[in-house]
Amino acid sequence: MNNINLDEYIKVNIGPSHPAMHGTLRVIAWTDGETVMHCDPEIGYLHRGVEKLGESFTYHQFIPLTDRMNYCSAINSNVAYEAAVEKLMGVEIPLKAQLIRTIMCELARIADHQVCVGILGVDLGAFTPFFYLIIQREEIYEIFEWYNGARLTNTFGRIGGVENDLPADFDARWKELKPNLFKSIDETDKLLTHNRIWMDRTIGVSAFSPEDALNWGFTGPCLRACGVKRDLRKDEPYYQYANFKFDVPVGKNGDVFDRYMIRMQEMHESIKIIDQAYEMYKQLPPDAPLMAKVPKIIKPPVGEVYSSHETPNGELGFYIKSDGTDKPYRIKVRPPCYMIYQAFPELVQGEMIADLVACLSSLNVIAGELDR
Amino acid sequence: MEIKGVAEKLLAGYIVNISERCNDIIIEVDSRNILKCLTILKNNENIAFDFLVDVVGVDNSQYLLKKDKAKKGEEPAVEAPKAPALPRYEVVYLLLSLQHNKRLIVKARVSEDNMTIDTVTSLWKAANWPEREVYDMYGIKFNGHPDMRRLLMWDEFKDYPLRKDYPLEGKGEKRALIYE
Repeated sequence: MNNINLDEYIKVNIGPSHPAMHGTLRVIAWTDGETVMHCDPEIGYLHRGVEKLGESFTYHQFIPLTDRMNYCSAINSNVAYEAAVEKLMGVEIPLKAQLIRTIMCELARIADHQVCVGILGVDLGAFTPFFYLIIQREEIYEIFEWYNGARLTNTFGRIGGVENDLPADFDARWKELKPNLFKSIDETDKLLTHNRIWMDRTIGVSAFSPEDALNWGFTGPCLRACGVKRDLRKDEPYYQYANFKFDVPVGKNGDVFDRYMIRMQEMHESIKIIDQAYEMYKQLPPDAPLMAKVPKIIKPPVGEVYSSHETPNGELGFYIKSDGTDKPYRIKVRPPCYMIYQAFPELVQGEMIADLVACLSSLNVIAGELDR
Repeated sequence: MEIKGVAEKLLAGYIVNISERCNDIIIEVDSRNILKCLTILKNNENIAFDFLVDVVGVDNSQYLLKKDKAKKGEEPAVEAPKAPALPRYEVVYLLLSLQHNKRLIVKARVSEDNMTIDTVTSLWKAANWPEREVYDMYGIKFNGHPDMRRLLMWDEFKDYPLRKDYPLEGKGEKRALIYE
């Protein structure tokens, strides 16, 4: 807001309860006609004090709280938290658990990207692709439901491994799901990517330079859309990601269109990863261990740790400080969209109000994760 | 490349403590020198910690107290043990070097008498909200921050909720709706 006299402009309040503001986000925009001159996002409407609660819970009890952060892909949050505690304890989980986590994480990533792309379409007035994607997302949720009974708040995995093996008919379900996923992505691609209206509404909207993106702490698809090739699955490989062949799609301009394209391509890459992980999984004996040897009451040694995973939105990190008791002394979540959303005033400055909505959906800001 | 050795040489004279755990290198510096140290770490070409991952606040007032209590058995640890030795709060900077793909944790301790520390928003814009959140949750003020307001809690809220002496169930605050 360099040297802008805000009193000259009309103040428009958008949200926190508004169909276009995903969840409970509030933006106060100062507008000149329809142009946004400056805006001030206000967050905290969904602040539930997860970090404070975590200090009074045991390590295992915190896992359900991580479900409620990014509710579009809860499994990724669960796994990122479990991995942080495992790093703190110095536990290496068995290969089979790693592969099951990988498969589930990538399924959740596809589901998350489907929601993001679908909602982006809805916000820009393209309602049809949303249904193509959401039908297949429902099928992914069927797999989650049949794995442990929950669709959205999965509470997947345990510290030291996973609770269940993949049931025997995963093979059949995946064979049925895979072509449908391809089909839904393909149909969306045909409906949107080369659509004149879609291109006009997305190309060049809220473009961001890679330098700015790094300065603001962007990670995940939003950073890759700016042209920076950074993916924790490649750069700091965890589990078996180093052995899988997959590409990291990179954009160029960092605009809404590039973010959309990155997400579309990443869904294809995730399907590739699931295939390879499942091949590897099939080589393992059926009675291979699912859990590492961890005590029933988890008391990690004194110290602090920072561990991060690549979730659909970017780098989700957990900073955990342990004082040797069964409860964490301090848990800090580093949500990916928190960092991305703080650059929002800079992203939408000079854009139209309608583009503000498009920009917000393309960032995939999840209020649960943002406010914790 | 050995980050620990390079960082030790670069920050000679500033480092209070350096340790390594689970492949994380943790450097502790004096809170007065934090901006200087982070500028050196960011601009030096050999390590180039050019990405700020997060800023974390920690209240150390009860750290390792519970363990002592458990060891002693029934005795309640009433007398404050070795509390004055260390300042109460800690601000932790999680850094990442994209060029070298390395991580580093830098800490500074902030005492209760002087709850201020320099802002690093001049180095990374990404520090904006995390620093506001640390202020919101612990009451540590960041000198020179462009917009030092509460972030997650509402403006009329008086306390700092992540301090260890703030009860989990709150103090019975009611949301005061004040219209402009």
